[in-house]
Amino acid sequence: MDAWSRLADTFLNWGYIAEVLPTMFSYGLLNTIVLALASGLIGTFLGIVLALMGISRNPVARWVARIYTDIFRGLPAVLVILVIGLGFGPLLNELTGIRSPYPLGIAALSLMAAAYIGEIFRSGIQSVDKGQLEASRALGFGYGPSMRMIVVPQGIRRVLPALMNQFIALIKESSLVFTLGLMSRERELFQIGQDFAANNGNQSPLVAAAIFYLALTIPLTHLVNYIDNRLRTGKEQKHEPDEAAAVIGKGAHA
Amino acid sequence: MSQFTSGSLTGKNLHLAFGSNKVLRGIDIHVEKGTAASVIGPSGSGKSTLLRVMNRLIEPDQGDILLDGRSVLKDNPDELRRRIGMVFQQFNLFPHKSVGENVAFALRKLRKLPKDQAWAEALDQLDKVGLKHKAGVRPATLSGGQQQRVAIARALAMKPEVMFFDEATSALDPELVKGVLALMSDLASDGMTMVVVTHEMGFSRNVSNQVVFMDGGVVVENGSPDQLFTEPKTERLQKFLSDVL
Repeated sequence: MDAWSRLADTFLNWGYIAEVLPTMFSYGLLNTIVLALASGLIGTFLGIVLALMGISRNPVARWVARIYTDIFRGLPAVLVILVIGLGFGPLLNELTGIRSPYPLGIAALSLMAAAYIGEIFRSGIQSVDKGQLEASRALGFGYGPSMRMIVVPQGIRRVLPALMNQFIALIKESSLVFTLGLMSRERELFQIGQDFAANNGNQSPLVAAAIFYLALTIPLTHLVNYIDNRLRTGKEQKHEPDEAAAVIGKGAHA
Repeated sequence: MSQFTSGSLTGKNLHLAFGSNKVLRGIDIHVEKGTAASVIGPSGSGKSTLLRVMNRLIEPDQGDILLDGRSVLKDNPDELRRRIGMVFQQFNLFPHKSVGENVAFALRKLRKLPKDQAWAEALDQLDKVGLKHKAGVRPATLSGGQQQRVAIARALAMKPEVMFFDEATSALDPELVKGVLALMSDLASDGMTMVVVTHEMGFSRNVSNQVVFMDGGVVVENGSPDQLFTEPKTERLQKFLSDVL
């Protein structure tokens, strides 16, 4: 067998790929999505709280947000997942009888995501021109309603693309829960690919997992670009003739 | 005959300092009901700050503010600001809302009008500034002059008793200034009480009833346009006028 066909067999053995697909479809994909979605939602909620604390007039709130963010942004994901998953596992088991590593895996991912998402929201809210707050207050809205109805919505809109990127990162990081030791039905895409690969001494099942990840992340990446564009320009409008002359980013295609 | 239920506005001995920087040092100003006062002076003289103090976006350290002869310092500042419309140099329209919604928003939330009625009234106000047909688009698609006219419509929709203009034409391209100034002149001749911080000496001289010259946080001269522009008493005003005219 020459080198090319050996490589082709190592990475693209259709037999192994066909073997692993049903398992990935039946629960691997779902588990990955559950991990990413749950930690994404919890992380977003905590992130908003952190952002509001970060811009609060109360210095204690600002400090708590700052310290939290520094810690959880500064640690490797695998370390946080292991420390929380293994460290609190026995306690969770004792208190609730839950043996699954999922709740703690989701907790660890959420806590880390919250640190990033909080910073994303905070920078977004703070990037809103201060004239917006002033105009709203000049109309007769109080500080709270002005922030809630005018400033924060604008801040959140402009960070939606960054938020989607964070969700894409979570899809990938969800693979790290394998370090907590998963039961057969708890395995997500990576662990399934990894098990099949190890059992057969062939990397094709991992390639299959890779294709699943890309099928999730690539459309999301393009959705981000679409949202980004749409937010910048609003709904499709009739363009003035001279607008076509200066579109940023189009220079490369001229 | 005035179209507006406007009121007089008085600032008495207004002081404001940011730390050791004394921005307002005892300002007295009185704008008669239905008249327009323009506030002129060099940059950093405290003109824009004076507006923000008189609608209590910034609370004065000392002094009193009277609307229609009654002190408003004890009132809820949010409610005071509903009675004083303000137009900014940078328009400050809400970019995430349509032009119509920019005007209708405060009508719904603050004047508690039902949605249909707020929208109808917003269209009506936009019609008055010639931009009813733009109600559905985002502000970013309008020219600066159009945006400023929307901002004026937004402020007028609240049925204010006084209107503040903070260098409302300074950010506009020269050819767009005229339209906004014409709209402001119409408002003045319709009897709106106005305080206009401006670098437009033509407007100050020809449209306003009263000119207030500020420098270094104090009112240096105050009187009719004729008095100030033809017979400036102080050296400071003479120098300012020779610099800008």
